[in-house]
Amino acid sequence: MVINANEVGYFDLNKKIVECPDEDITVTNAMGQRYIGCGVAGKKITVEGTPGNALGAYLDGSRIIVHGNGQDAIGDTMNNGEIIIHGSCGDTTGYAMRSGKIFVKGNAGYRVGIHMKEYHEYFPKIVIGGKVGDFLGEYQAGGIIVVLGIGYEDECPVGSFVGTGMHGGYIFIRSEHEPKGLPVQVCCEKATDEDKKKIAEYVEEFSVNFGYNSEELLSGNFYKLTPNTASPYKQLYTHN
Amino acid sequence: MALNYFQPLFEVIRDKDRCIKCQACARQCSNEVHKYDAELDMMISDSQTCVDCQRCVTICPTRALKITENNNQFRTNANWSQQTMTEVYRQAESGGVLLSSMGNPKPYPVYWDKILLNASQVTNPPIDPLREPMESRVFLGKKPRNVSFNEDGSVNTKVTPTLELSTPIMFSAMSYGSISRNAHESLARAATELGIYYNTGEGGLHKDFYQYGPNTIVQVASGRFGVFKDYLETGAAIEIKMGQGAKPGIGGHLPGQKILEDVSRTRMIPMGTDAISPAPHHDIYSIEDLRQLVYSLKEATEYKKPVIVKIAAVHNVAAIASGIARSGADIIAIDGYRGGTGAAPTRIRDNVGIPIELALASVDQRLRDEGIRNEVSVVVAGSIRSSSDVVKAIALGADAVYIGTAALLALGCHLCRTCHTGKCNWGIATQRDDLVKRLNPEIGYKRLVNLVHAWDHEIKEMMGGMGINSIEALRGNRLMLRGIGLTDKELEILGIQHAGQ
Repeated sequence: MVINANEVGYFDLNKKIVECPDEDITVTNAMGQRYIGCGVAGKKITVEGTPGNALGAYLDGSRIIVHGNGQDAIGDTMNNGEIIIHGSCGDTTGYAMRSGKIFVKGNAGYRVGIHMKEYHEYFPKIVIGGKVGDFLGEYQAGGIIVVLGIGYEDECPVGSFVGTGMHGGYIFIRSEHEPKGLPVQVCCEKATDEDKKKIAEYVEEFSVNFGYNSEELLSGNFYKLTPNTASPYKQLYTHN
Repeated sequence: MALNYFQPLFEVIRDKDRCIKCQACARQCSNEVHKYDAELDMMISDSQTCVDCQRCVTICPTRALKITENNNQFRTNANWSQQTMTEVYRQAESGGVLLSSMGNPKPYPVYWDKILLNASQVTNPPIDPLREPMESRVFLGKKPRNVSFNEDGSVNTKVTPTLELSTPIMFSAMSYGSISRNAHESLARAATELGIYYNTGEGGLHKDFYQYGPNTIVQVASGRFGVFKDYLETGAAIEIKMGQGAKPGIGGHLPGQKILEDVSRTRMIPMGTDAISPAPHHDIYSIEDLRQLVYSLKEATEYKKPVIVKIAAVHNVAAIASGIARSGADIIAIDGYRGGTGAAPTRIRDNVGIPIELALASVDQRLRDEGIRNEVSVVVAGSIRSSSDVVKAIALGADAVYIGTAALLALGCHLCRTCHTGKCNWGIATQRDDLVKRLNPEIGYKRLVNLVHAWDHEIKEMMGGMGINSIEALRGNRLMLRGIGLTDKELEILGIQHAGQ
C-alpha cells in the first residue's frame, strides 16, 4: 500500500501505517514526520523523502528503507529489525539499540551508537558508509559499529572523543589514519584478518544495499576499538 | 606498614550472662562481625565492619546484643567533625569518590515538621471517617479544561489516559538490581492488592512480574535498560527519569558484580558488565527534545498510557516543571533532596538539590499562575515519612506522593545506609541468594499493605478533622496549613501563613 504523506501530520501518518493491514508499505513525500515505524513489528516500510526524528524508535522487527536522508534519533532503543538509509542521517543514530541493523550510505552526526548494548542473541550492528561526528560509540556497552569512511580516505572519518565511557562491544574504523584523542577507557589497534571476520558479513550486506564492492572495502586498513578493562569504573569509588 | 586510621563507627555490646553462644549472630551477619572462638568457647565481635543494621540485635533469641555508636572521640572541633576528618582519611587512602546510600542524613530543616494542620471547631463540623464516606481516591493525568455534553446528556469530552489510585500513595522507583527480587515482588503484590502502583526503576521488569503490569509503572532512563515494546506495553504508565533527588545531575552505575544472571536477563545486558546510566539523556537538551521522547513513547504505545517525567528538585524547578507541563507529559514527579538511593556520591547526595516542600509549593504556584495546572498531575517524593507528610504535601498542591524509604522500612530496612555494598542483611538491597531469601515476599507484601492501609486511615482522619471528605478538596488547600518557626521568606515560598495568623 502506498501512503502519501504530503501535508499529513505525524499522528495521522503513523496511525495509517500501524492500522494498514499490508506488510509492505510505501510512504511517499515524507517531509519530516516524526516517529515513522515507532515500535512497529513485522512490516516493510519504504520511505520516499525525508522522515523526521525518531524514525524506527523501539523498532521491533520491521524493515525500514529510506530513499533520502534521515534525521536525529533513528532507531532509538530499537529492539530488532533493520533500517537502511540511502543518504545521510543525524545525531544519536541507534541510541541504546539492543539488536538489529542500521545501514547508512552517507554520513552520520554526533553520538552515533551511543549506549548500544547487547544481550545473548541480541546484538546490534551499525554500518556507516561515510564519516561521523564526535562521541561515536559513547558509553557503548555492546554490539558493533563500523565506519567505512568512503570518500574520506585522506582523513580519519570519526570526530573526537570516540568511545568515551565505552564498556563493551567493538568499533571498527576503515582508515589509514588512527583516531586521535581517544579516552583512556578505549584500546585502539589495527584490525587483523581474524578481527575483520567479525564485520565481513555486515560490510557485505552494506555493499549489497548500496552497490559497493565488499572485498575492496574489507581489504583496507581498519582500526579496532575495544574497552580496555572489564569494569573500568570500579576503582572510582570508596565506601563511606 | 601504613596505619589504619579508621575507628569503628559502632560498638557491639554483648551481655555475656545472656549470650547462649547459639551463633545465630555469626550466621546472620554478612559483614562478618561476629565469630565463635572454639578455643575460648565464647562469641567474639569485631566492631570494625559493623554497619548497625540491627539484624543481629533483632535475631538474638536472648536479647544479649546491642549496637551503640562508638564513643571513642577525636579531639572536639566545631569545624572539623569526626566524620569530616574520617572522610578525608578515606579519600587520602583510596583516591576514590565517597559513595553513600539512602537519603541525605544531614541536619537541614525538615519543613514538614514546621507545618501544622488545621481542624474544625464549632463551625464546619469534623467528619468521622469510620461512620461517614470519605474519598481518598485520586486520578493522575491531564484534566480537561472544560466538559461538554452530547444531546442525550452523555459526556462528549475526550479524556486522556489516567492512573487511578485508591489512596494518593505510590511506591517509588527502585530497580531490580539495586533491590532484590523478593523486595520487588513484595512491592508489586502490595501495589496490586492496594490498587496503587509500584515503579520498576530503570532495571527492566522481571518476566515473573509481568502479571502485575496493571499496577506497574515502567521507567525509561538514560541507560534504557530492559526497555522494549512488551515492557512499555505491560506497564500502566511510563516514567521518563530525568533526575533523582539523591543525586541530581548525575547518572547511575550498577557495578558488574551485582549483575548476576537474573538481573542480567531483566536488564538485557551481559552478566558481570557495569550497567551505566549516563547523567543526561543524550537526545534531550531542551524541552522540545523531551517532548520528542514523550511522544515517541506515546506513539509506541498508541496513546494508551500516561507518561510521567521525573525530575530532581533543583533551584529553578518551577520553570523546569512549567516546561515539562508543556512537553506533553501527563504527570510530573518531583524528587526532593532527601530522597533515597541505592548508591550516590556522598558529596552530591548531601549538598545538591532543594527540599521537596519548597519545590512543591513553588511548582504548584507557578503552574497555577500560568493556567496550566490541569495539564499535569504533580507527584512528590523525597522524603515522605508519614501520613501527615502526605496530607501536608497534598494541601501544598501535590496530587499524590511516592514513598521509597518508608516502603523499605516496612520490609525490614533499618537505614544503615550501606546499600551500595550489596550485603544487606535484611535481604532488600542485595543480590546474594542467601541474603535475599531472608525477605519473605509473602510477609513483606502484607507489611506494605498494612502500612498503606494505616496511612490511608490516618489521612482520612486528618481530612475528617478539617471537615473535608474528599481528597480533591484538600489539594492545594493551603488555608489548612500554618507554619511554625518559619521566616517570612519561607512562608512566602510555601504560600502559607504563620501559626496564630
